[in-house]
Order: sequence, then C-alpha cells, then structure tokens
Amino acid sequence: MILWIIKRDLLLAMRRRSDVLTTLFFFIIVVSLFPLGVGPEMNMLRMMAPGVVWVAALLASMLALGRMFSSDYVDGTLEQMLLSPVSLSGLVMGKALSHWLVTGVPLVLMAPVLGIQYDLPVEALMVLTLSLLLGTPVLSLVGAIGAALTLGLRGGGVLVSLLVLPLYIPVLIFGAGAVEASTAGMGFDAHLSLLGAFLLVSLVFSPWATAASLRISMA
Amino acid sequence: MTINWFKYASPASFYFLAGRMIPFFIIAAVILLIIGLYIGFFVAPTDFQQGEAYRIIFIHVPAAWMSMFLYVVMAFWAGIGLAFNTRLSSMVASAIAPTGAMFTFLALWTGAWWGKPMWGTWWVWDARLTSELILFFLYIGFMSLQAAIDDPRRADKAGAIIALVGVVNIPIIYFSVQWWNTLHQGASVSLVQSPKMATAMLTGMLIMALAAWMYSIVMVLMRTRMIILERERHTAWVSELKEGVSK
Repeated sequence: MILWIIKRDLLLAMRRRSDVLTTLFFFIIVVSLFPLGVGPEMNMLRMMAPGVVWVAALLASMLALGRMFSSDYVDGTLEQMLLSPVSLSGLVMGKALSHWLVTGVPLVLMAPVLGIQYDLPVEALMVLTLSLLLGTPVLSLVGAIGAALTLGLRGGGVLVSLLVLPLYIPVLIFGAGAVEASTAGMGFDAHLSLLGAFLLVSLVFSPWATAASLRISMA
Repeated sequence: MTINWFKYASPASFYFLAGRMIPFFIIAAVILLIIGLYIGFFVAPTDFQQGEAYRIIFIHVPAAWMSMFLYVVMAFWAGIGLAFNTRLSSMVASAIAPTGAMFTFLALWTGAWWGKPMWGTWWVWDARLTSELILFFLYIGFMSLQAAIDDPRRADKAGAIIALVGVVNIPIIYFSVQWWNTLHQGASVSLVQSPKMATAMLTGMLIMALAAWMYSIVMVLMRTRMIILERERHTAWVSELKEGVSK
C-alpha cells in the first residue's frame, strides 16, 4: 500500500518536474546568497557552512510542504483515501516518504556540491551528506503534521512555517552540529545517532498524528 | 448518593460557577501580590553581588515558571478535549494560551532588563533563554493556528494536536538546546545559582509565584466565560442572560 502511493506520487511529480526543480533551486540560491551577504572570506564561510546549508534545507523542505496534501485535497482524492478501508497512517507514511524522495533527496545530492562552494574538507562533505540523509526524512515526517493541520486554510503557507519551524530545531542543531564536530576534529557519531533516533521516533509517531490531523481537517 | 461529576463540564453551568469563583481568586491575587511586592521591595535584603537589580527576579522567576507550567496545563486540557470531545476543556485550553504567551514574553523581557546591568548585554544565547524563546514560538503557533480556522470545533481539535506535539517535543528541544549551548559557548556568562538565597528572597519569590498563579486562574476563567458566551450566543440560556441584563 505504501509502495503503491509512493509510486503514484513519484509519477505525479515526474509529470510536473518544475515543482521538484523549484525546491532544489530555492535551496541552491539561498545557500549561494550567504557569501554575497557576509563576504567571501573562506575561513568564515567554512565555519558558517553547516548552519547555512541546514537552514536552507529546512526552509526548502518547508516550502514544499504545502504541496504534500493540497492537490489531492482539491481534486477529492484525499477524501477517497480517508474513506478507503486501508490504514490512513500507512497512506500518510507513503505520502511523507514520497515527499522526501521528491524534495529531500535532491537536497541531499546537491549538498556536497554546495559544500565545495564553502570550501569544506572531504570528510565534512561526507558528514554533511549523511546528516542530511538522516535529517531530511524527519523534516518531511514532522512537516506532514503541519501540512495536514493547515489544509485548506487561508494563509496556510505562512502558518505552516510558524507551526513547523520550532519543531525542526533539534534536527537543525544536531545536523549542523555533526558537520561542525567533524571540522573541529571531534567525533560526530553521537550527532548522527541522535538524528537516527529522531528519524525512528518520527517514523512511529508522525503518521499517526498526521492521520488524526487529516481527519480533523476533512471533517 | 450519586454525584454528577460532569455537571460543570457543561459550558452553561460552568459559566455561572466561574462567575462565582472569580472574585475569590481576584482577592487572593491582589493580597498575595501586595504581600509579595512588599517583601520584594522592603523586606528582602540587598544582594551583595547584584545590588538592587536582582529584585526583578520577583517578577521574572514566577513568570518563567508560569510560562512553562501553563503550556503543560493547556496541552492537558486540549488533550482531554480531543480525547473525550468535551467542549469546555478545549475552551479552557484556548483561554490559557494568551496568558501563557504573556508570561513567556514577560520572562524574556524582564530577563533582558536584568541581563543588561548584570551581564552587560540584553540577550545571550543561553540554553534557558533560547528554550524560553522557542516556547514563545510554540504559543504563537498554537494561537495563530486556532485563529486561522473559522470552525471552532476544528480549531479546538487542530490546536490540541499541535499542543500535544509541542509537549512531546519540549523535552527534546530543551535538551538539544542545552547540549548545543554547552558545545558552542564558553563559560563567559551563565546563570550560576547563588549558593544560598536569603529566606526573605525565597519567601517573596514563592508568594509572587502564588500571586501569578491566582492571576492566571482569574484571567483564564474570565476568558473562558467570554469564549463560552461567544460560542453559545445562539442558545436559549445566553439570550435569557441578555434579557436579564437589559432589564
């Protein structure tokens, strides 16, 4: 069931590639703006890189949240999904995962390239990619709750950022922290383990909370 | 004899109960406030390190305590409202949010006023300050979500979910911020607990905390009454109330 919905959402995304690309380019542009704002000194950029890339990833993934349920909501598919006998949590999990595949994975793949812009060493680039790989699914899963709650509301896009961004803070801290620890020559295993723990916790609880939110929003 | 435990779960009967309770809590709040401020300004000794400026803790500490406590209470009532579909619990939860946000803001504001003479800066990225700021964001998120939804029952339930998600996240956020803080910051400034506090200071602070508590109860009851009136304006008992007032 989850696989079916992932396949469907990926197919829909491939039919409208521009949506995927806008998120990715938003990410690239935000990251590239920072050197223009603070100046091109490499030492400072190297220090800022983890935070800048992670904040940009947070914003990019948040911007795409509105799309997670809205088109299905508008054309009535979501209503049919709610009526269907299969578990709504499973469906929601599939939607969150396909959202991650469409918006999160391109960010993960692009991050090392952007890291080079900031002159990060090779090990730090690897850690950055790994931390994003573990962290971005959490963003999609937690964001799904916000997207479900703000479904069909006026000003939903701004509202979802108010709801979701404070909840993203732990992911930001440990995601950027892992890269900083590696550039400082310290161990980064603990950070990555914690990110993994966040991923597992959100995999368990988020589909359930999102399903409850969808039922409230559609009632 | 059987007791009807749910009598006051009905908004109509709670409205009158709250109306009868409010004066007592107002009196308690005013008396405690006067005693607390008197101890704070005239009885408590001057701190030998911080001078007179420390006296802001009589507002600051109770505000910080209430801000955290009220969020949990709000999430509790929102959760009850979500689980048992009781309208009044959700109304109480919505009534708590503005008071909680006010205390959070007050804690941040008085903290800044204290920080300037003590630390020489309005703001530091200390773990407690940062988590208090995030708590403020969570309150704002809850209130703006409820404000954006026109249907009050949907607003109640959606707010309940975001409040509960926030409660689950608060410990995670708190510990991540604490760890982040210890990783980043040297021991330049930190909230070092003074080894011992004069009894008068502690008494004053506790009495002020009780006053803040009483004040919160008053505000929440009053706001709940407003919400009840607003939502039940089409019912018979509210129109009877209106006629009674106009007579």
